[in-house]
Amino acid sequence: MNGTIILFYILSVIVIVFAAISVFTQKIFRAAICLLTSLVGIAGIYLLWDMDFIAALQIIIYVGGIVVLIIFSIFLTHRASEKLPEQTLIRRIRSFIIALIGFVFTSWVLLSSQLLSVNTTPSSTPLSIKEIGLQILTFDKYGYLLPFEAVSFLLLAVLVGGITIAIKHKNKN
Amino acid sequence: MEQLPISHILVVSSALFFIGVYGFLARRNLITILMSIELILNSANINFIAFNKYLYPDKLDGVFFTMFIITIAAAEVSLGLAIIINLYRRFNTIDIEDTKTMKY
Repeated sequence: MNGTIILFYILSVIVIVFAAISVFTQKIFRAAICLLTSLVGIAGIYLLWDMDFIAALQIIIYVGGIVVLIIFSIFLTHRASEKLPEQTLIRRIRSFIIALIGFVFTSWVLLSSQLLSVNTTPSSTPLSIKEIGLQILTFDKYGYLLPFEAVSFLLLAVLVGGITIAIKHKNKN
Repeated sequence: MEQLPISHILVVSSALFFIGVYGFLARRNLITILMSIELILNSANINFIAFNKYLYPDKLDGVFFTMFIITIAAAEVSLGLAIIINLYRRFNTIDIEDTKTMKY
C-alpha cells in the first residue's frame, strides 16, 4: 500500500459519495454543488495518474463551464431555496432496483474476470502535450485530424443552434 | 511496489455510472436529468483514461477519446439548457410529466 493507492481510494470515495448526494437530494442547488465537488474529485484522480492535460480540461470545461451554466439555468428556472417535489415511491424503488442489479452484475463480472487480473503495469511517464498536439493534427496513421474537424463543425452547429433556439420571437399581432 | 488493480478502478467507474442511471430514471426535473448524464459521461472518461494508462501506456488514443467526449458533453449541455429555458418560457415548468404537447 503506497501513498498513491490510498489517495486513489480516498478520492474515489469522495467522488462516489458526492455523486450520490447530488442524485438523492431534494434541493436542486445542493445537487449542483455536489456535482461540482464530484467533478473536482475526478480531476484529482486524473492528476494522480499523471494525466495533467486531461485534469486541466476537466477543471476548465466541466467545473468552469458546464456546472456554471447549470447553476445559471437553475437560477433562471427555480427559486434557490425551493425543494423539488417528492418522487413517487414506486418510481424511486423501480429505478433503485434497476441501478442496483446493473451495478452488482457489472462488479461481479469485473472482479471475477480473468482478463483483467493480468499483471499490467501502468506507465509512469507523464503525458506530453507536444505529442498530443502533433498527433491530433496529422492525417497519416494514428492521426486524429478528421474527428477534430468533425467536432469543430459540431461546435459551430451547436453555436448556431443555441442562438436559434434561445432567440425571442416577437409577436406579430 | 504493488500496483492498483485495474478492476478496482472499473468498479468505481461503474458505481458512478449506475448512480447516474438511478438519477436519470428517478428524477423528473430536466436539469437534474442533465446532471445525471454528466455523471454517466464522466464514468466513461475514467474508463478510457484507465485503459490507456494500464494497457497501452505508450499511446494516446484514450486521451483523444476523452477529449472528444468532453467536447461533445459541453455541446450537449449547452443545447439542452437552451431547450430547457425555452421550455420554461413557454410552459412555465420544466417537469417532464407536464411538458407533453409533442407527446403523441
